[in-house]
Amino acid sequence: MGNVGAKEVPVLLSPDGIRVDGRRLDELRPLRIVAGPLHRADGSAFVEWGANKVMAAVYGPREVHPRHLQQNNKAIVQCKYNMAAFSVDERKRPGLDRRSQEISKVIAEAFESVIFAEEYPRTSIDVYIEVLQANAGTRCAGLVAASVALADAGIPMADLVPAVAVGKVAGQLVLDLNKAEDNFGEADVPMALVPQSGRLVLLQMEGHMTREELSRALDMGVKGCHVIYEKMKAALRDRYSTARPTEVPA
Amino acid sequence: MGSGHPPGHRSRGRESDSSHPSGDRAIVLPGEEIPSDGLRPGSGTYRVHGKVYASVLGLVTPRPLFVQVVPLSGRYIPKAGDVVIGTVTDVQGTFWLLDIGAPRWAPLHMTGTPWNIEIGETDRYLRVGDAVAVRVENLEATGRIGVTMVGDGLGRLEGGTLISVSAARIPRVIGRGGSMIQSIQRLTGARLTVGQNGRVWVDGTAEAIGRVRQALRIIDLDGHRPGLTERIQTLLGSRPPDVTVPRLPAPPADREMSIPDDDVSEAPDGP
Amino acid sequence: MSEEITADILTTHILDLAANGKRMDGRGADEYRPISVEIGFVTTADGSALARIGDTAVLSGIKLEPGKPFPDTPNAGVLTTNAELIPLSSPTFEPGPPQPWAIEVSRVVDRAIRAAEAVDLTKLCVTPGEKTWVCYVDIHVLDHSGNLIDAAMLAALAALHHATLPSKRFGIGEADTPLDVQHSPVECTFVRLGDAIVVDPAFEEERAAQGRLTVATDETGRIVAMQKGLVGAFSPDDVRATVERAFHHGERLRAVARKGGTL
Repeated sequence: MGNVGAKEVPVLLSPDGIRVDGRRLDELRPLRIVAGPLHRADGSAFVEWGANKVMAAVYGPREVHPRHLQQNNKAIVQCKYNMAAFSVDERKRPGLDRRSQEISKVIAEAFESVIFAEEYPRTSIDVYIEVLQANAGTRCAGLVAASVALADAGIPMADLVPAVAVGKVAGQLVLDLNKAEDNFGEADVPMALVPQSGRLVLLQMEGHMTREELSRALDMGVKGCHVIYEKMKAALRDRYSTARPTEVPA
Repeated sequence: MGSGHPPGHRSRGRESDSSHPSGDRAIVLPGEEIPSDGLRPGSGTYRVHGKVYASVLGLVTPRPLFVQVVPLSGRYIPKAGDVVIGTVTDVQGTFWLLDIGAPRWAPLHMTGTPWNIEIGETDRYLRVGDAVAVRVENLEATGRIGVTMVGDGLGRLEGGTLISVSAARIPRVIGRGGSMIQSIQRLTGARLTVGQNGRVWVDGTAEAIGRVRQALRIIDLDGHRPGLTERIQTLLGSRPPDVTVPRLPAPPADREMSIPDDDVSEAPDGP
Repeated sequence: MSEEITADILTTHILDLAANGKRMDGRGADEYRPISVEIGFVTTADGSALARIGDTAVLSGIKLEPGKPFPDTPNAGVLTTNAELIPLSSPTFEPGPPQPWAIEVSRVVDRAIRAAEAVDLTKLCVTPGEKTWVCYVDIHVLDHSGNLIDAAMLAALAALHHATLPSKRFGIGEADTPLDVQHSPVECTFVRLGDAIVVDPAFEEERAAQGRLTVATDETGRIVAMQKGLVGAFSPDDVRATVERAFHHGERLRAVARKGGTL
């Protein structure tokens, strides 16, 4: 989006519906999830999704600082999404930017919708998402990583929260946009699903769609979320299963 | 062991173990439905439209009247009756604040000690940085964790050092009827006090402490796998040093629910 | 977040062990924890590396962009180092502007790179007075388990060795050429535990330390940076002895930074 006046719009879809990276319309990029890679955090996860590399960590529930932010009847959920300076082609200056602040807010709200925060009054559950390498869909990759990290941290929740973006490219709906499709496509709809209830806790749109397209996009996204959900569960099972060997120095 | 497995426990555990001796033991993830057999939802679960789901990553643990999911990870969640080891992080006129690795700090009031303290003299008895063993007395709805230092085995810890393991692993550190902790003490000559919050106080020679540290590290990383007892015995060697160590009393039976049956060191229950 | 309080008995135990030449994890006074360097971890950077020392993990990415030289050095390129101690790496790191710890790591690593002339800044100049390459060395701590300075320097050095000038992309040249790294500084950090001075402090050892001394060396035998940190003191003889030990460790650290792999 935002390519009005761009000199060259690449061909994003072949006549037989194959995308620039060889995928079909409803195919996800390769996704690899590792649960618990960090030692200091209460919970953590590393996600490699297409060319994205995202690390997430959870601290908490823990005492709230500053005190005035604490809620007497529940935990607060704070989220900070940040992109490393070297994560994008044009170096990003370190520090707060408005895009990161907005993403932090919608992700925090997505998790607040599933976390049983009343179990820990006067505490804070802190979620940190760091994008180390970006290639479209970083907020979805971050959400997936953070969701696995929350489970790794033992935070009580209704469910894991898979997320994916559906876009529109050359008039066709496509699942899981890559960078070229995000830059030159006509719409980008990231969404996050709670499989247990079938409801969405994150939904945004950039670009434009008809009502019929949106309806199909929601179906496509939900289907994609279920595939991602299984991978998230597999990553957690892998970390905690009895079959996993650990190397401990003698 | 024999003390108080609730009815139905062994059959549930065995169902998954018999076909996969080293396979997963009913690990559930948040959002997964748990067959409840009419049992009420306990901690680590929630109910929606009559169905019970896990809310944490853990092991399904049926009890007589309700079904629980015991977490496999995460911070220590205090329970009344737990003995925990904390570090004093703040001193006030009438109480101290303890870091016990829980979601909140625990205030220890001056009346919850065996000493006769005047207001404002608290720092003469416990200072920031002191390690203490206390018991969790009550948990309030506000999240406040009430602790007391009055009781056997409680008090300021002197000498030795603290070693941390995941709170979820503490049942394996203790072992059935205290068998693991007794093995460790017997084979190393070290003295241990185990906090339910994942903090272990260890006292002894530097060599003994080092060996305990290695044993605890293996339990922390691999405590979920079978064959742990043999591994620890091999690591520590089967010949104990010439030091007698007092036996600790066995922990309460309900602490042991997450220990795999294949690691039993005593005769199993009947069918 | 308030500073985590360490139990006094843990500190006493660490000092008692040190008095007897021992450490908590069984290492010797001159033993590093396992070191590994993974080169090229981030493809959006022009050079990158992930360095691990024990459980500490630090990622560095190099970005090169055209910019203007400083007015008083028209023939030189620009190099700047920034370390972020991001909150996901430790419970006591807060989001927000860099705290003193982060600034210290940035500046100590930067001084070593500059003093060693790891990168010949005149070679980064494109048009004197007008256009030069700006080399950003960004360091992201991912997991803090002690000794951030050494890990940060290892990651930065490995990333520099791996970096290419994106000349084609910016229309400055026909082909992308490797960044010319002519010297290889490494940092070597020690802490005082009582009378003992030990290398590569683990997290708890840093908390118990009574002073920290970092010495940066390069492959030509020069000392290229020094920093005494934390609360405590070192005698001149302590410093001399520590410098010799730093040179001894330097070669192995340099080798793993240049080629990647595990030590």
